[in-house]
Amino acid sequence: MIAIIDYDAGNTFNVQKAFAHLGIPTVLTADKTTILQAAGVVVPGVGAFRQAMDTLTRRDLVPVLETVVARNIPVLGICLGMQLLFDSSNEYGQTQGFGFIPGTVDEIPQDLGLMVPHTGWNCNSLVNKTSPFSCIDGEYTYFVHSYYVKCETRYITAVADYGMEIPAVVAHGNVYGMQFHPEKSAAIGLRLLQRFNELCEAHTAGYEA
Amino acid sequence: MLAKRIIPCLDVDNGRVKKGVNFINLVDVGDPVAIAASYEVQGADEQVFLDITATTEGRGTFKDVISAISNEVFMPLTVGGGIRTLADMQQLLQAGADKISINSAALANPELIREGAEKFGNQCIVVAIDVKTDPETGKRFVYSHGGRKKTDRLAYDWAQEAIALGAGELLVTSMDKDGTKSGFDIELYKQLGDLVQVPIIASGGAGTVAHFVEVFSKTKVTGALAASIFHFGEITIEEVKEALRAYNIPVR
Repeated sequence: MIAIIDYDAGNTFNVQKAFAHLGIPTVLTADKTTILQAAGVVVPGVGAFRQAMDTLTRRDLVPVLETVVARNIPVLGICLGMQLLFDSSNEYGQTQGFGFIPGTVDEIPQDLGLMVPHTGWNCNSLVNKTSPFSCIDGEYTYFVHSYYVKCETRYITAVADYGMEIPAVVAHGNVYGMQFHPEKSAAIGLRLLQRFNELCEAHTAGYEA
Repeated sequence: MLAKRIIPCLDVDNGRVKKGVNFINLVDVGDPVAIAASYEVQGADEQVFLDITATTEGRGTFKDVISAISNEVFMPLTVGGGIRTLADMQQLLQAGADKISINSAALANPELIREGAEKFGNQCIVVAIDVKTDPETGKRFVYSHGGRKKTDRLAYDWAQEAIALGAGELLVTSMDKDGTKSGFDIELYKQLGDLVQVPIIASGGAGTVAHFVEVFSKTKVTGALAASIFHFGEITIEEVKEALRAYNIPVR
């Protein structure tokens, strides 16, 4: 079972629908016990960073997620959910994130002459060839975001070119993030979610063994 | 670089696709879920569903259709037709839609654009504009009610007003070209593209793959929409993309 963190993060239905389509059971939950028993955890998210962290804090989910990461349970942050994995964001003033991956979140510069939000299908280039998500190389995925993460290259799995290099997939240990929406990225998106589930299964198998 | 988008559009009437389609291997040619799934396989980048149900009691069906589609189809879904309130938008987004297209309701009440953009984000609000040229003056007027009513608004003015109110995208149909299969209205999109900064979807006039190449080569539109030529298999989305690739236009 994969736990999808429930913190009123906007459109979580489509994430659930994508996993359901793959035959992977999920539960939308803010319950500590359920989350800690899950094979993997998804942090979805659409909206603003500060509001998201406020809700997560109010629901006592920050320490729960910290325990999840300490236990090496695979975590996948999607879109805003990926940004929350980092130290802090400059969206509407400085806000602390989970700090699972070293780095910050900043607004996409307006002076690139490109549309913000970055909305549409963009092509991914693989940076880390040994990533479990290496199937993303050369594939287009669906992005909708105005902020992007700044972090060291060693945490970056893949980037998209939008006048600047946008980190599209990030990873640190068993914590993963996707800036795009895999649940809206057709066949490759489903393959990535399937791959995440395999990581969860592998972790569970290792834990039980 | 963002890929240019090829977008099939389906008219849905009481839960069924109105005109039907001609795909091989589709058992039920009126089933919107089967058709949408088939377009995903063909490589569509986004899909637009317009509710053309005339009766109010049929309206609820559309939400169920979108919900059923989003259980099977994993790509951006834009919905339109008869959306008048924030509650209408919310229901369709909860059913699985990603973007809301508004047309007549925005003309009647432009504040709806602002309210929608504030609540759901600019990227969620698509303003659809139906444009027809006045043969005497050459001015391009906006039409409402599915192109049946002429308004006194000029296309370029309305486009700019809609964006100022928060529209994240424009879906612009040339009624002069619609149904002619003689190519997109290049002049319209050239002028619009120079005026506005938001993504524009061109609609009306597609007949051949060359028309798609032309509209992406000569104008700044980021998406091109078509209905019947795709539905009846006259050209396939893959053929369009092959042609675009040959001209180094980025496609998925």
